[in-house]
Amino acid sequence: MKSAIDWPPRLVLPLLLLAGLLAMNFTTWLTLSVAGVAMGMMLFLMASGLTLIFGLMDVITFAHGAFVSLGAYVATDVVARMPELAASGSWPASLSVLAAAIAVAIVVTGLAGWVFEVVIIRRVYGSHLRQILITVGGLIVAQELLVAVWGANPIPVAKPLALQGSVEILGAAIEIYRLVAVGLGLAVYGGLYLILARTRLGLMVRAGVENIEMVESLGFRVKRLFVGVFIAGCALAGVGGALWGIYQGLVTPAIGPEMMILVFIILIMGGMGSVGGAFIAAILVGLVTNYTGFLLPKLALGSNILLMVGILLWRPRGLFPLVKS
Amino acid sequence: MIIDTILSGDRPRSRLLGALLMAAFLALAFAPFLFPGTKALGVASRICIFIVLAASYDIVLGYTGIVSFAHAMFFGIGAYGVAIALSNLPVGWGAIFIGLGGALVVSAVLAVAIGFISLRLRALYFSMMTLALASFALIVATQLRDITGGEDGLTFSLPHLLAVSYRPFAAPVLGVRIDGRIVTYYLVFTAATALFLLMLRIVNSPFGRVLQAIRENEFRAQALGFSVVLHRTLAGTIGALMATCAGALLALVLRYNGPSASLSFEIMVDSILLMTVVGGMGTLYGPLLGAIVIVLAQYYLQPGMAALAEWTDGVPLLPHLFNPDRWLLWLGVLFVLIVYFFPTGLVGRMRGWTEPDE
Repeated sequence: MKSAIDWPPRLVLPLLLLAGLLAMNFTTWLTLSVAGVAMGMMLFLMASGLTLIFGLMDVITFAHGAFVSLGAYVATDVVARMPELAASGSWPASLSVLAAAIAVAIVVTGLAGWVFEVVIIRRVYGSHLRQILITVGGLIVAQELLVAVWGANPIPVAKPLALQGSVEILGAAIEIYRLVAVGLGLAVYGGLYLILARTRLGLMVRAGVENIEMVESLGFRVKRLFVGVFIAGCALAGVGGALWGIYQGLVTPAIGPEMMILVFIILIMGGMGSVGGAFIAAILVGLVTNYTGFLLPKLALGSNILLMVGILLWRPRGLFPLVKS
Repeated sequence: MIIDTILSGDRPRSRLLGALLMAAFLALAFAPFLFPGTKALGVASRICIFIVLAASYDIVLGYTGIVSFAHAMFFGIGAYGVAIALSNLPVGWGAIFIGLGGALVVSAVLAVAIGFISLRLRALYFSMMTLALASFALIVATQLRDITGGEDGLTFSLPHLLAVSYRPFAAPVLGVRIDGRIVTYYLVFTAATALFLLMLRIVNSPFGRVLQAIRENEFRAQALGFSVVLHRTLAGTIGALMATCAGALLALVLRYNGPSASLSFEIMVDSILLMTVVGGMGTLYGPLLGAIVIVLAQYYLQPGMAALAEWTDGVPLLPHLFNPDRWLLWLGVLFVLIVYFFPTGLVGRMRGWTEPDE
């Protein structure tokens, strides 16, 4: 039975924005909020794949951070190979550099995800304990391979010229790159939503999430679908990594695993398996990180953990739990 | 028999394993005389400490079947407890015990809190929660500069008996000059042996049997009237307290503590988890063996890899993979292979040879 809309979880985000507004002046608030939403979008890219993978096949992977790192490194390489375009200040040139970086990151991380699924994940369906263990092992190996290829030293990467600097909106300075990240994140969320809600493929994914046996018994090969979802999830992580790496300006092997703690917080807060929940939770985490980074710098990451614990005590299954039949 | 009493009736159940355990015990018991030198003594102390640490993790992972990433946090609490006490109080045994006692209280409170908050959740949430908590602990340790020394950590001196300059005998014993380091080593060795046997006793008690029952079939154990949350919380707390003791021993050996020495994710994943799984979860002897193998690999794998890298020089990519800094890559591969093919680890494998039916 679908009951009336569950309002309290939906109010968390507006309340947080309001609380932020009360705690600081408007321009600071606007700058921080945009920064938070931008960070949230990049986090959402990393979390969305993971939440789908979990929702569809009950598979959890701790190695997702390696795909984020891989995406960041690949994007760095691509940007470094197009120095003229990246340095020319025109919008089309800069955007095409970014697009190329993202496209290559999608292809590479997607392929890597496919290999990872076949070699690592496929053998441990059904056992969470072994999934956690084996993907932690896979993470160690993947990280070491990244270091073997790109070296342990941080690699600097510059944003394409037109995407550097900031614009002034309502008196607040807002980095252009953040706006681009917000746009991209919204586009991906919209795209994901359309695919899931409006296409036959999305219908099968959703049906599989809800009741996998039923879909299988109707003759659909959910396992094959799952491989596709896994690849897409890794590619999304790659996009997130590419955006985040260029945003940070410095890519290290740990760039992905560092983000994974936030990503797990997002999954737990949003409700495992729920794409919409991950979207809201990612924005929450982005905002909280930026607000506390400004108000109480020492609490920055800790604040997210406190937020998560608070939400879990209130809603043990997350804000928007998935209804499994 | 007396052996049964010492081992709480939990025999190795494999001749090879028994022989290895005996050899390891003897080698560790006489380590300062068999392998003289500061480095060898450091390796032996580390092995003793990580045996306790990995075995304590096994109580959580192997006997209750849940993956916690916060175990290094308790290890760190123990190490920081002793380090903070020895840096701030007058140096002496009192300071060590105050530090250890405070650390044990903090660990117990945290472990109980974690248990009651998150063990109600799905096991998966628990793993992710503990990951977040562990990073929180790392932040706290690096941010509270005044207390923990931040990234630099704390260096401190030990009571006279354990200080490097202490010389109980004027003449060398069996060709080795006895000093405070060796006294410290024997303190660590004795404590590790006692703690390990205590853990063996715990997992073979009726309480331990209930833990195993919960691991095998949570629903059925609950139906028999055992509270799953209570037992898992208790197991987690016992594991945490043992890890705290191991951390205190580490601080004594290193005469230093910092985030990377005891609290980092490297310790958690590359040491604790690897040791427990490679050796064999849920056996307690497994983590013991795993700790020995992994610590030895951490210290002695690199020279071997340097030789391999030189040998494959000229082949593309291979020298990079055999670069001594990539030792973790090979341990990671080993880890994955073990989870695939020998889920019961080294010990399970050995027992399989002797008892083919099992």
